[in-house]
Amino acid sequence: MLDLLAQTGLNAVYAASYISLVAVGLVLIFGVMGVINFAHGELFMAGAYAVVALYADLNVPFFAAVAIGLLFVGCLGLLMEKALFRPLKTNPLGGLVASIGFLMILQALAVMGFGVRMEHIPPVTQEVIAFTDKVRLPVARLYVIVAAVVLLSALWYFLKRTRFGWALRASAQDPEAAALQGISIVQTAKIAMFIGAGLAGIAGALTAPLVSVNPHMGHSVIVTAFIVIIVGGVGSLEGAIVASIAYALVHTFVTTFYDGVLADIVGLSLMLVVLIVKPTGLFGSADRA
Amino acid sequence: MPKFLIWTAALAALIALPHGLSFSQQEILVFLTINVLLVASYRLLTLTGEWSLGHVVIMGVGAYSSALLTKKLGVYVPVSMLLGGVIAALIAVLLSFPLFRMKGFYFLIGSFAAGEIIRLLWKRFRDPFGGAKGIKGIDPMPDFSAGFYQFDFFEPASYYYFAGAVVAVCLWILWRIEKSPVGLTFHAVHWQDKLAQASGVNVRAYRTLAFAIASGFAGISGALLAHYVGTINPNAFDIDLMVYVLTWAIVGGTATFYGPILGCVVLTVINEIVLRELGLEQMRPLIYGAIMILSILFLPNGLESIVQKFTQRRAAGGAPERRPAE
Repeated sequence: MLDLLAQTGLNAVYAASYISLVAVGLVLIFGVMGVINFAHGELFMAGAYAVVALYADLNVPFFAAVAIGLLFVGCLGLLMEKALFRPLKTNPLGGLVASIGFLMILQALAVMGFGVRMEHIPPVTQEVIAFTDKVRLPVARLYVIVAAVVLLSALWYFLKRTRFGWALRASAQDPEAAALQGISIVQTAKIAMFIGAGLAGIAGALTAPLVSVNPHMGHSVIVTAFIVIIVGGVGSLEGAIVASIAYALVHTFVTTFYDGVLADIVGLSLMLVVLIVKPTGLFGSADRA
Repeated sequence: MPKFLIWTAALAALIALPHGLSFSQQEILVFLTINVLLVASYRLLTLTGEWSLGHVVIMGVGAYSSALLTKKLGVYVPVSMLLGGVIAALIAVLLSFPLFRMKGFYFLIGSFAAGEIIRLLWKRFRDPFGGAKGIKGIDPMPDFSAGFYQFDFFEPASYYYFAGAVVAVCLWILWRIEKSPVGLTFHAVHWQDKLAQASGVNVRAYRTLAFAIASGFAGISGALLAHYVGTINPNAFDIDLMVYVLTWAIVGGTATFYGPILGCVVLTVINEIVLRELGLEQMRPLIYGAIMILSILFLPNGLESIVQKFTQRRAAGGAPERRPAE
């Protein structure tokens, strides 16, 4: 029993890692652009397909493929910023619809390029860290955990300690005042989109060998990310991370001991309860709504 | 009376329409008719300024209720359709208690979560909802003869006339509601909620009312769908269809009553008829997505703005220069 609990705990840490990477990206984009990026799950998918194309099909070394995937998806983010979100700045629902259109395009491209079947990628490493006979952590999962910890710490340092980070937060809080202080809103928007999309891309790229990659995989990812950012409070990076961990724990344990559908119901119910008790999420404030 | 003539001509065209179409296009026409009611009911909800992502699940509540009523209790189909709408409205009233604590983006996602919970309950509980496979063998509308025309409701053309009549009545009711003092209050709740509250309007009650009415009509559209297709499952009411409803409304424009309907008709015809005819099955979502993006970029006020340009007439009561609200 103790083994099972420990193993489930490890699984939860892995789940929390990739969920938080996706969710933090989504929060960053919402914070700076003021738009809900419905295509965020498809950015995750694009990262995974970058690894399919480069690592599985072209035999590029795995980490090089992940790095290229990160850059590629970051550039997709820049494209979205320039083509969709900048022209629709005054029209948040329009931005939402445009991101839905972009989602359809990305999905169709994935189907056309790779077919609708699920892709299984050759494992990167078979190594397993065995704590006991039954408590084991595959190294491929460890990569995801390490990436989440390193990247999110770096992001935190960037946002809180550097001038760029200050500028980014300032333009998220009050774009007009920030512009008057000489901060380029376009520049900060580009940075936020690149980082936000890139985080989703690297999460997809690193988990690609661990899941079955298919054109519709973004769907469950975006649903999870929405739950997480709502529970954490829209616009709060810390909230997104805390909520990712909480959600991953609950979801993984309910899945292990009951079943996946019930875990989804419990997760969604928890989110509704949080919203009923505190309608702006755990870490959110009313004026960010 | 040119106006009378225009309406008569439009009615005649709608009646003649299925006879110029292929069988599969007739089927699309039935779904389109049902979706027109769905998107028109959605507009009533958006009048109060809230954008729900649970509307399609509410449609499913109507479908499941009506299907189960006929299957388990043997209720006469047209009655069960009405009851489906009533049950959907009641569920909406229940949902309004948690949901109307939220606004804007939080409401959007909260309504999505509430809808997903209902949908997953259908999936999880095989009794009575049939689990992931859903409910099969739903009783169809009983055939009847109107003397001059034999209605066989397995025929899409027959069902189109039936659904068309039901939808026309529902649209007329929705139109009357929107133009009534209640409908004007919905506008007030959206644009001047503080002022409305100060002048004694119970904002929460009006939001709930709009939510319940919109859900009731969505439920009827779901019941229309269930008794036509004969089988429903949780995936028929998932976020994909909801995304379509949302885009129909926004691409069509939500400042007028006809805007969302226009969006629904135009986008469905483009997607299901034009793109399907071109035979680009895999490219279809790509082109559809591109059309959505282009229409949002270049027609920020929706397709209805084109119509307004030509008719130079502003719908009375509609708020001018309506910008989609956060």
